Amino acid sequence: MSHVRNNLAASLAANAGAAASANGHRIFTEHIVGGFGDTTVLKGISLRIAHCSLTAIMGPSGCGKSTFIRCINRLHEEIPRAWVTGKIILDGQDIYGADVDPVAIRRKIGMVFQRPNPFPTFSIYDNVAAGPRLNGLRKRHALDEVVEKSLRHAALWDEVKDRLERPGTGLSGGQQQRLCIARALAVDPEILLLDEPCSALDPIGTERIEELLVQLKKEYTIIMVTHNIQQAGRIADRTVFLLLGEMVEEGSTSDVFTSPKDPRTEAFISGRFG
Amino acid sequence: MTGNVMTSPVGEMSGTRQTAVPRMRRRRVMNAGDRIFLAIIRSAALVPVLLIILFVGILIAGSMPSLRAFGLRFLFNSEWQPNAEIGEDYGALPFIYGTLFSSVMALLLAAPVGIGVAVFLNEVFTSRLRGAIAFLIEILATIPSIVFGVWAFFVLVPFVRDGIQAHVQAIFGTGFVLFRGPPLGIGLLAGTLVLAVMILPMIVSISLEAIRMVPSSYREAALGLGATRWEMIRLAVLPPARSGLIGACILALGRALGETMAVTMVIGNKNVIRWSLFEPASTISSVVASNFGEAGGDNALMLPSLTELALILFAMTLIVNLVARFLIRRFAGDKAVIA
Amino acid sequence: MKGIANARRRKFTNLIAMLVMVTMLVVCLIPLVSVSWTLLSKGIPAISLDFLTNLPLSRQSGIGNAILGSLLTLLVASLFAIPFGLLVGMYLSQCASSRLATPTRTLLDVMSGIPAIVVGMFIYSLVVRPMKSYSLMAGGVSLAMIMLPVFARTSEEALKAIPETVMEAGLGLGLPRWRVVLQVLLRSALPGVLTGFFLALARVGGEAAPLLFTVGGSNFWPSHAPAELARLQPLTEQVASLPLVIYEYAKDPRPAKHAAAWGAALVLVVIILAIRLSTHAYVRWRYGQQGAH
Repeated sequence: MSHVRNNLAASLAANAGAAASANGHRIFTEHIVGGFGDTTVLKGISLRIAHCSLTAIMGPSGCGKSTFIRCINRLHEEIPRAWVTGKIILDGQDIYGADVDPVAIRRKIGMVFQRPNPFPTFSIYDNVAAGPRLNGLRKRHALDEVVEKSLRHAALWDEVKDRLERPGTGLSGGQQQRLCIARALAVDPEILLLDEPCSALDPIGTERIEELLVQLKKEYTIIMVTHNIQQAGRIADRTVFLLLGEMVEEGSTSDVFTSPKDPRTEAFISGRFG
Repeated sequence: MTGNVMTSPVGEMSGTRQTAVPRMRRRRVMNAGDRIFLAIIRSAALVPVLLIILFVGILIAGSMPSLRAFGLRFLFNSEWQPNAEIGEDYGALPFIYGTLFSSVMALLLAAPVGIGVAVFLNEVFTSRLRGAIAFLIEILATIPSIVFGVWAFFVLVPFVRDGIQAHVQAIFGTGFVLFRGPPLGIGLLAGTLVLAVMILPMIVSISLEAIRMVPSSYREAALGLGATRWEMIRLAVLPPARSGLIGACILALGRALGETMAVTMVIGNKNVIRWSLFEPASTISSVVASNFGEAGGDNALMLPSLTELALILFAMTLIVNLVARFLIRRFAGDKAVIA
Repeated sequence: MKGIANARRRKFTNLIAMLVMVTMLVVCLIPLVSVSWTLLSKGIPAISLDFLTNLPLSRQSGIGNAILGSLLTLLVASLFAIPFGLLVGMYLSQCASSRLATPTRTLLDVMSGIPAIVVGMFIYSLVVRPMKSYSLMAGGVSLAMIMLPVFARTSEEALKAIPETVMEAGLGLGLPRWRVVLQVLLRSALPGVLTGFFLALARVGGEAAPLLFTVGGSNFWPSHAPAELARLQPLTEQVASLPLVIYEYAKDPRPAKHAAAWGAALVLVVIILAIRLSTHAYVRWRYGQQGAH
């Protein structure tokens, strides 16, 4: 039984890899089922995500969207009693494979969280430098370069270049969130996961982040969770709609918004629940 | 062409997998570094456990000769006879009496004052001086025992002798058993008073914490009913803070029981039971402090007896501290419910 | 009419209660002010440069070697208490619900309740007797045993106060858990950890009871203790200690020595207050409001 499954998995993986090179997809999730203890939060999510695109995952609270993206960098399993089954294939490799180190996976996949969480007592510089430094980069000169590049990428450089030694927690909420984005970019990830990055921000902060994400999606594969329908409509290339742990609909943002196939999607978008 | 297409073959299989044993799969995997780290901090966490086992073991082993020689009689014996030629005989009663009397009396003196001051500082005194007084009391809580000892020896003892003992004996005479004693100032009363002064800052600061935990809505409700400030304190502040206040007192009692230096300097260190406030007495810690260095030599049973005294003191403070922690934890539980 | 009488009675009761509380405050402040006042008025005249730097001799008094001995003892105590306290704190905060956590926590509480004099007896059996002599080592270990529970619990609290999201951010950067704990969490919790450490240090800095039968005391400068410390050899030398010197001077029948006891007591209090207040000031200056709690 397991032999058959492995073969199947291998062939699927191979297919997936081929598919990735063929049409630019780089992440495949296959029937992700996951949850905590006796509760099942995700009831089989299968999805493919294109290279250098921004995918928005939306749905009402409790639909499992955060759990889903936390499965993609294997952060979900760090929570006690959490479990997950299924496959996530990144560039042809199952990241849940037996010999895969979750730590190495997370280095490839950056993550930004719901609330800005700069490291307390770390300066702005040290926050950005934390990843590269802890991964072994020691030279001051090289670190300076990484920090500046990441902060520029996160559109924060001009605002903080004169006060890099000040604590990161002293910045405004929106700036803190961009600092967290810079911190994630500094380890040079290929994929960026954002878990409702604007939910704790004011409208101006939100706008800055959205502008930034539109820039970043040219270079990074971005998956963003949002409960804000308008936000998905404004910046996402593709939109996924989750409801109670199931994927109701997936498609290009314009299709999902203008001609949803499922009545529940339509109801959600028109604001009838959520 | 969405993800649905490729789901179908795997989907069924994962379905069976999932219903079989979902939670067995892919629990947290630990890498080597994490495993080593966990092993290190776990063995460090064993240190307190081993240390306490060693501690109790050494104390019991050390007091074994005395336990064998005197048994339970040790607790009720008031002899302290170190002369080996006559035959060594030791008992704990005078020290247990001295320890309990001085600590409990100190608590009875300090608790009402300490709680009263805490209530006053938090509920009544709104002046800017309040912060300064709280700060002063906080600082006094850090003054070491030995310094209180020096103060007690040079300031408190003369005051007890000339300011209290002289007057009391002038009024009541020296016939009354409670007030008998040579005009030294040194004795049970001086020991009790210095203990009371030492635990006072501690009672104030823990009580302040307990009182601050009381939600201000309680106070507003009481004031809204037309209560005077005192009625508000009696109805809306003291009852909810009660277990915290009791906890503060019991923690202070635990500290007083084990207090050594200051008491040793003023209590007189006489190994007898006298009922007078002005007679020299002894506590467990003072007898250990003043005899431990000389123990040994011909007195085979002295060191074991002192160790047994230490064991008794440890048991007393342990019980007191556990009760205090229990009360404070229950208080913290109340707080969680309120919040 | 009855209502008015009642109101008057309640007001009167209130007045009495207030008066009682004011009296209590005065009663509370009298001994505390007396301690502070005599300490300053008798301590300051006794202090001079000679007093602070000399050895105790029969004609003159000096506490130079006692200050140095106390600092060495605190240093040794910290060398034991810091690593164990931090590791235990990390365990309790990271494995908060594991089976070992509750007994460890309870026994730390038990440990912090052991009277200092009993700790001294325990270390006497554990260290002095096997080494066959009083020593800096024994003194340091006995103070470390008092510091450990305080420092471990405050470290635990400081680490727990760091939000879970910080750990997640670290993991999200591709760091293994242990590196996040050591290099991110610990650094984030540093204000709290430092405050806890200096709190513990200030608390044992004035302890005399556990040193009575451990550190030995001495009338001379420590000669080989610093070298042994630097080479991490066993610390076999007996050293002087400020709290013990205060005790000896106070018991001395000569009035000149009593003045020295006051001077030494003031020096001890100043050292302890300096430890307490400078940490407070440093943490606030270095970490701003974050460190305030």
